[in-house]
Amino acid sequence: MSSIETTADQHQDHGGTGVKAIMRTFWILLGITLFELLLATIHLKTNGAFPPKAVLNGAYLILTCAKAFYIIAEFMHLRHEIKNLIMTIAVPALLFVWFIIAFLWDGNSYKELRNRYDEHHREQSLIKVAPASEEPAAKKPGAE
Amino acid sequence: MAQAIPAGQKWWSGGKSPFNVEYGKLMMWYFLMSDAFTFGAFLISYGSIRFASNGWPDPNEVFRAFPFAPESLHLPLVFVSLMTFILIASSVTMVLAVAAGHNRDQKKVTMYMIFTIIGGILFLSCQAWEWTHLHGEGAWWGRNPFPNADGSKASTNFTNFFFTITGFHGFHVFSGVVINIIMLIKNLRGDFEKRGHYLMIEKAGLYWHFVDLVWVFVFTCFYLL
Repeated sequence: MSSIETTADQHQDHGGTGVKAIMRTFWILLGITLFELLLATIHLKTNGAFPPKAVLNGAYLILTCAKAFYIIAEFMHLRHEIKNLIMTIAVPALLFVWFIIAFLWDGNSYKELRNRYDEHHREQSLIKVAPASEEPAAKKPGAE
Repeated sequence: MAQAIPAGQKWWSGGKSPFNVEYGKLMMWYFLMSDAFTFGAFLISYGSIRFASNGWPDPNEVFRAFPFAPESLHLPLVFVSLMTFILIASSVTMVLAVAAGHNRDQKKVTMYMIFTIIGGILFLSCQAWEWTHLHGEGAWWGRNPFPNADGSKASTNFTNFFFTITGFHGFHVFSGVVINIIMLIKNLRGDFEKRGHYLMIEKAGLYWHFVDLVWVFVFTCFYLL
């Protein structure tokens, strides 16, 4: 290897890479995914009454971030690296917080402004169309 | 690893790698950072457009088919859950391959790499089926047969973003499978055994986990929200 020493290639002890810890992370990830599906199924079966869509979306986002944390920390082993390395990854990733808030806010603002000042656009989006499954198959370009 | 490092270690006084990782692994991390921002840009532009739209198709209506199941049977989320399970499982076999590499167990590395590659190929097959199915329904870039959830006419934004983002992710899975096959061949040739460490497996593993990580977000953004 290189002349610069690291302890990374000695590995008498490897914190998160024992088979037990791996399987634990796997069950956590699987459990979270199944829980998400359970929430989605309840939401569908109650015709959207419970849990309310906003609560449901909040739960999805939190659970997704939890999954991301476990993948990065355990599978990608980042939790067991030294702090400086963790910070060079984690600090730039914080930009996403601003990205998400700013761009979703901007999209929403564009929608509001357009609905207010473009009457035609607003009216068009109120017109109902027939569901796709009732159209004749020949009309679908992909069904040739 | 923490125990192998003496307390009060001065990382920046020279002679040591300040981050205590091999150069290639550090660079893989930074590559993955840049890739995360690419995917982030895609997903955030998707979110931005979705927030700017008066209506959007209901994913439970769009993604409800399952291979060999009758068309009338509505199975929302079932197929994509299977895909998610396959990818998480292949991530586990990858991390087991990395662990086997730490123990310098060449045979186990081979076995787990084969499992990981099979998982990747299965995932790609599932995606191929889903794309074919949606194309058969009339969906593709530039055409969208699915109405909005409120019954109004949808723009093509939904299908454009869906095929672009899942396509970009699928391409990453494909490259991951190719990288894993190369790693498997190198392992079978005994290259890592000769070198004395299996760091290449770790680097391929980082990439593979990243692909899984991106899928977690794609899954949430397209199928759940």
